Amino acid sequence: MTDHGFYCPPGDFFVDPWRPVDRAVITHAHADHARWGHRRYLTSTEGSEVLRARMRPDARIDTLAYGRSIDVNAVRVSLHPAGHVLGSAQVRIEHKGQVAVVSGDYKVEPDGVCSPFEPVRCHLFVSESTFALPIYRWKPQHVVFGEINAWWSANKAKGLASVLLAYSLGKSQRLLSGLDTSIGPIYVHGAVEPINAAHRRSGVILPETTYVMETLKVAKEKGSKIDWSSAMILAPPSAVGTPWMRRFQPFSAAFVSGWMTIRGTRRRQALDKGFVLSDHADWPGLLSAIDATEAEEVWLTHGYSSVLARYLNDTGISARSVDTRFAGESDVSDAAGDSTEIVEDSDSTAESDSP
Amino acid sequence: MRRFAELYAAIDESTRTTVKVTAMVEYFRIAPAADAAWAVAFLIGRKPRQVVPSRLLREWAAEAAAVPQWLFEESYHAVGDLAETIALLLPMGDTADRLDMCLARWVEDRLLPLADLDEPDKKRSLLESWRALEPLERFVWNKLITGAFRVGVSQSLVTRALADIAGLDPALIAHRLMGHWRPSASFFQDLVSSEARKTDPSRLYPFCLAYPMETSVEELGDPADWAAEWKWDGIRAQLIRRGGQTHIWTRGEELVTERYPDLHKSAEMLPDGTVIDGELLPWNFADDAPLPFAQLQKRIGRKNLSKKILADVPVVVVAYDLLEADGKDLRDSPFDERRKALADLLNRQWLADRLRLSPEVSFSEWKELATIRADSRQRMCEGLMLKRRESPYRVGRRRGDWWKWKVEPLTMDCVLTMAQRGSGRRASLYTDYTFAVWDEPGGSLLTIAKAYSGLTDAEIAVIDAFVKRNTTDKFGPVRAVKPEIVMELAFEAIQLSPRHKSGIAVRFPRIVRIRSDKKPEDADTLDRLKALLASTPKPFADEIEP
Repeated sequence: MTDHGFYCPPGDFFVDPWRPVDRAVITHAHADHARWGHRRYLTSTEGSEVLRARMRPDARIDTLAYGRSIDVNAVRVSLHPAGHVLGSAQVRIEHKGQVAVVSGDYKVEPDGVCSPFEPVRCHLFVSESTFALPIYRWKPQHVVFGEINAWWSANKAKGLASVLLAYSLGKSQRLLSGLDTSIGPIYVHGAVEPINAAHRRSGVILPETTYVMETLKVAKEKGSKIDWSSAMILAPPSAVGTPWMRRFQPFSAAFVSGWMTIRGTRRRQALDKGFVLSDHADWPGLLSAIDATEAEEVWLTHGYSSVLARYLNDTGISARSVDTRFAGESDVSDAAGDSTEIVEDSDSTAESDSP
Repeated sequence: MRRFAELYAAIDESTRTTVKVTAMVEYFRIAPAADAAWAVAFLIGRKPRQVVPSRLLREWAAEAAAVPQWLFEESYHAVGDLAETIALLLPMGDTADRLDMCLARWVEDRLLPLADLDEPDKKRSLLESWRALEPLERFVWNKLITGAFRVGVSQSLVTRALADIAGLDPALIAHRLMGHWRPSASFFQDLVSSEARKTDPSRLYPFCLAYPMETSVEELGDPADWAAEWKWDGIRAQLIRRGGQTHIWTRGEELVTERYPDLHKSAEMLPDGTVIDGELLPWNFADDAPLPFAQLQKRIGRKNLSKKILADVPVVVVAYDLLEADGKDLRDSPFDERRKALADLLNRQWLADRLRLSPEVSFSEWKELATIRADSRQRMCEGLMLKRRESPYRVGRRRGDWWKWKVEPLTMDCVLTMAQRGSGRRASLYTDYTFAVWDEPGGSLLTIAKAYSGLTDAEIAVIDAFVKRNTTDKFGPVRAVKPEIVMELAFEAIQLSPRHKSGIAVRFPRIVRIRSDKKPEDADTLDRLKALLASTPKPFADEIEP
């Protein structure tokens, strides 16, 4: 662990460094893990398109298929599906018979969009702990999709547009895969559009979506007015309160996040609805994933890391909390409302398409 | 129970009153009458008392959820609400244990008997209930057993929904909801029935409430259309004399007849079928003026009313409206007429002792009234009340006929010294603050007030972050913080108080703003507050020792 991030001395590379380095292995393309300015990037083949969509056009990105290994200096490196978002990988590092796995962010429930999480046996497991409290137990995603579609239908019946606020990378595509397209048309925000395209280029089948600004341009040329009342609109949380969003009025807005578990957090959003769906592992997911690695030692990053460390130590697994600069690291234990997801998306909407 | 839990969720999720009313109407339409009666009681805030101590709830919930106690507490800190923490932690119920009982059965067969069970039986009953309920139902159930049930509807919204399904005037529903009643099927049927029913002789009328005057009084028009009275600083009360019985109700619909035996004699002299609206005040007969409100608080706090306290803090009702005379409801007649009837009634010599007429403050121009109002504090009043002479006695808070025109509040600059997490929407944020002033310049800080309201959400977020970074000590849920932040507090009155370390108590403190332009050493000193104290009449040197 250095002030640049996780460093592997014998291999002379970093995993998800937060300052520019020579060689960076990237677990996934979210802004707090994949930063600009490294000389060389290594990502999974599955994730190359989404990473490219997020990095500078001239970024040098090497790819490695899941399960294939390469030797970097004295260590053997391979990537394994983390089930978090498209292309997300756990980095397996083997040196002199010792195996460490840096998992990045992960979830254990298969989401149908990205390759599902695969446990990897190791000596040292570096795990996230965003939702490491037993109050976080996710419902199966088909149940949540059912709730969302019912909400969409009910809005449509009342003549309201439905605005679903979620991360542009990962969560949005997962939602798209679960939306019932027979209810109405689906529109997307400018932060979501290029990520959808990257998914489609990677071979993920998503329902048809329309870029909001495109529709507006066409409507303007024709001088017609757009009826949003049966539409589903996907946007990042940073769109709340912007003129971009006000044009859909009258609408009902909902936020999709694991943090929506807590009523107070839900109410503080001042939105109409909160759906509980996360791309991070819930409490049982974290425990089962850690158990499956058979690791002797566990390092825990961002989230309720000290809670999970104490719990694991009490059950006989040596664990400790490690400080990182991954989002959510700052005082999440004190304010569950400071969500990783919001921080992440404020980055991703630099290319906001408000007029 | 599921329907009621869904109603709760529908109300809780929305900020739109129409959505809330629609949800209630739908519920009242389909719910069995006994369920609807309990729902009405809970929605208007008549929640059951806590029947299981929080300590036991935490213990049993942690056990049922198979998590260690420390992890339960960590979870609680993240959630900020005990009922919700438990609901989130309990294992998903087994369908075999599921019990789909109606709300009335849950309340009458499970909730109310809990209070009388001994600890092992209580635990057994509670664990069984948790297993039988779905997560959302558990949350609402926990809210009920912890005595913390609250949901975002006002009584007037509930009344509106009930009026809607009954096809009746909301004022009639509001009246039927007053006073003591026991939720039951027949109560609900009577509540929404179009037929007049035999009424309980103790039933009070809904209070007419005033809005604060926020614009210029000139905008009220011709002064001749308005009556002015002092705004008394006491307890709003309704004095009822019916069927040879006296009933005294406070605005919080608490029946307090027994607490004020010194009013009984005067009340007995009222003719049957009389209802008076007025202010219950501690009175100084020698000066013919009110005593400070703190004196009354002292009397309220007593379990036994000794002869001494009755003599030291006698109470009177200063009457300002007559709602019923000879058993006839006068609320639709104009204020002037009611007032005249009230004056006639009270002017009889034998009532003058404990039942007094609130004098009309005469004025011919608004400017003149403004000058008179400036004297309010000297008279132990909060300002003036303005009432339209033509107006009926309305139900609840309505804009237009009654206005309270308070004097400007006093203010002081204080240092934030301690903070505690709020609850509900503010759970997990530090929103409840303790403030101090300096005992002398450069001296030490003395706690002077607690305040919870007045900041915006954005300001709360800033203070919350400050508290988390600057904690110097923790006492249970309370954090002491570095004395760095200065805030301006407003308050209505200032009084000596031997119960406070500073020797001073302020009334209705609330936050006006954060004074980021001030350093902690610029905050006020006790001397300045004592000067304010001196400028209000009657320094209460005659404090009664407990």
